[in-house]
Amino acid sequence: MGLDIKIPIGAMFALLGIILTIFGLSTSGNEMYDISLDININLWSGILMFLFGSVMLAFSDLFRKKKGNQ
Amino acid sequence: METGFNLGAIDYTIMIVYFVFVLGIGWALKKYMKDASAFLEAGRSLPAWVTGLAFISANLGALEVIGMAASGAKYGMATVHFYWIGAIPAMIFLAIFMMPFYYGSKARSVPEYLKLRFDEKTRGFNAFSFAIMTIFASGISMYALALLMETLLGWNFHMSLIISALIVLIYTYLGGLSSAIYNEVLQFFLIVIGFLPLVVIALIKIGGWDGMVDKLHMNPLTTGFEHSWQGVANGPMGSIMGIVFGLGFVMSFGYWCTNFLVVQRAMAAGSMSAARKTPLIGALPKMFIPFLVIVPGVIAIALINSGDELFQLPLKGNGYDYDLVIPMMLKRFLPTGVLGLGLTALMASFMSGMAGNVTAFNTVFTYDIYQSYIVKGKSDRHYLRVGQITTIVGVAVSILTAYVAAMFNNVMDFLQLIFAFINAPLFAAFLLGMFTKRTTGHGAFWGLLSGTGAAAVVHGLTQPVGALSMIKGGWMGTVVHEFPSEMAQNFWIAIFAFCVALVVTIVISLMTKRNKTDEELRGLVYSLTPRVVDDSKHWYQKPSFLALIVGIIAIVLTIIYW
Repeated sequence: MGLDIKIPIGAMFALLGIILTIFGLSTSGNEMYDISLDININLWSGILMFLFGSVMLAFSDLFRKKKGNQ
Repeated sequence: METGFNLGAIDYTIMIVYFVFVLGIGWALKKYMKDASAFLEAGRSLPAWVTGLAFISANLGALEVIGMAASGAKYGMATVHFYWIGAIPAMIFLAIFMMPFYYGSKARSVPEYLKLRFDEKTRGFNAFSFAIMTIFASGISMYALALLMETLLGWNFHMSLIISALIVLIYTYLGGLSSAIYNEVLQFFLIVIGFLPLVVIALIKIGGWDGMVDKLHMNPLTTGFEHSWQGVANGPMGSIMGIVFGLGFVMSFGYWCTNFLVVQRAMAAGSMSAARKTPLIGALPKMFIPFLVIVPGVIAIALINSGDELFQLPLKGNGYDYDLVIPMMLKRFLPTGVLGLGLTALMASFMSGMAGNVTAFNTVFTYDIYQSYIVKGKSDRHYLRVGQITTIVGVAVSILTAYVAAMFNNVMDFLQLIFAFINAPLFAAFLLGMFTKRTTGHGAFWGLLSGTGAAAVVHGLTQPVGALSMIKGGWMGTVVHEFPSEMAQNFWIAIFAFCVALVVTIVISLMTKRNKTDEELRGLVYSLTPRVVDDSKHWYQKPSFLALIVGIIAIVLTIIYW
């Protein structure tokens, strides 16, 4: 199939990562983190997802094609 | 007790983003759906890592996530037997010994392999039972998802059912098997990343593994829950023989090596080498899934022992409602944001279960029922169209079965029981058929039937301790043996069914003439097929090396969690 699955996977996790990171930053210190043992789990999950998505995108055809054209 | 969740805008945003990507993948693949092979077999073009992750993701449905966590809470770490001994050896066997025949033959499905190797009636038996089974499995997934959404989020049951069915329908209709497989890969990563925060925080809260063990020891009933093998013979799984031979051999090989739902993922790979690596690449993460789905269940019980006032598990009958372990753990530890992520991962697992069944049904119905018995010899375009229409019909019938499940709970138990009877002897037919050329079509067919009969008889004569209904066994009037649990009973039903099928297949085969010549069996039987020479460039890329690594890790994990 012509679609490189790393592109949608990478894009989705990078996007969700950004959303959660911003949400985590804006709710830092909020009492809603009482249940997660005062860990800002949104921020950490967001960063992890963003990194994972970026790595997927970096290894995708999207990046390889650009390299090939240069 | 309050089982509802309070979701915020951020949680809904995450869900919507996920659904947009799921549908987007289907839409992006639409333009490649030019022939039946592209739609039903993904054009046999996918890389091994994609088919490998789809291989386990198709199985990582709702029943797995919810059920394994429930089992972890109920029986402890012994539940890992469904993974390390109950899946890994079978996956290695499929990759090394069976895949060359599946992929190397011209067969497009498991029933079609049976037709090539044995005869028409063996294929028919397998095709019809498999088609009915997948539709019901898909219906049960939908029902369970809608029920859970109603319990947790207060969503309307009918709406949840129709919407989830529509989403699965749209992406499988647009992109066929490729779309299902691509989405299974996406769902795999989402399930891992979605449940990871829960496991990490729950482990910190309980004081790590040692803290968990301490709390398990606070109650004599849960002492020893941290071990997988130690004391298992006195537990609900019963004898070591039942676990090793019943679960680890018959049930596991019967499922992983002959069930078209998973085998189809490997057959969609782009080369023989990729097809053989598919189950092995799947096995690598499969070995660690217990830490995502079983460990939260065990921690939940440790939390209850420790008297954590924020964690509560609703009651059901005389005990806890174990099926709510994962949702209640999500509610206990995850704030809005990652909570939406966890719920989305849960929904993803339901959908991958549904889509996997729908696409397997599609292929078997189109090739093994429609093209074989209803309308033969039409153009490829015709069968592409039939495949697409079958997708719609399959989802529609699944919705009906979901309502049947909602109305008559026992009907579903009964059907699952019948399917378990049919599945158990299947591996006997494959083992004899693939590795001896003397096995005949009559032998395989009667072996399957008598094995199924034997399963029913064992079920009729035995029951688990405390069984209340005939569905659990003992319907023949006299109970010859009582098992410590339904699990142990299932292991032994499988053992008897397999042995009877094996003996009957051998006897009938020796009594009947071979119905296929050596020439016809080339590529289908071990002794008549040239050995596969793997074309990987480096030794570390070869399936045999990968199999060795997988085997070693499984053994090391077993020793650590002994």
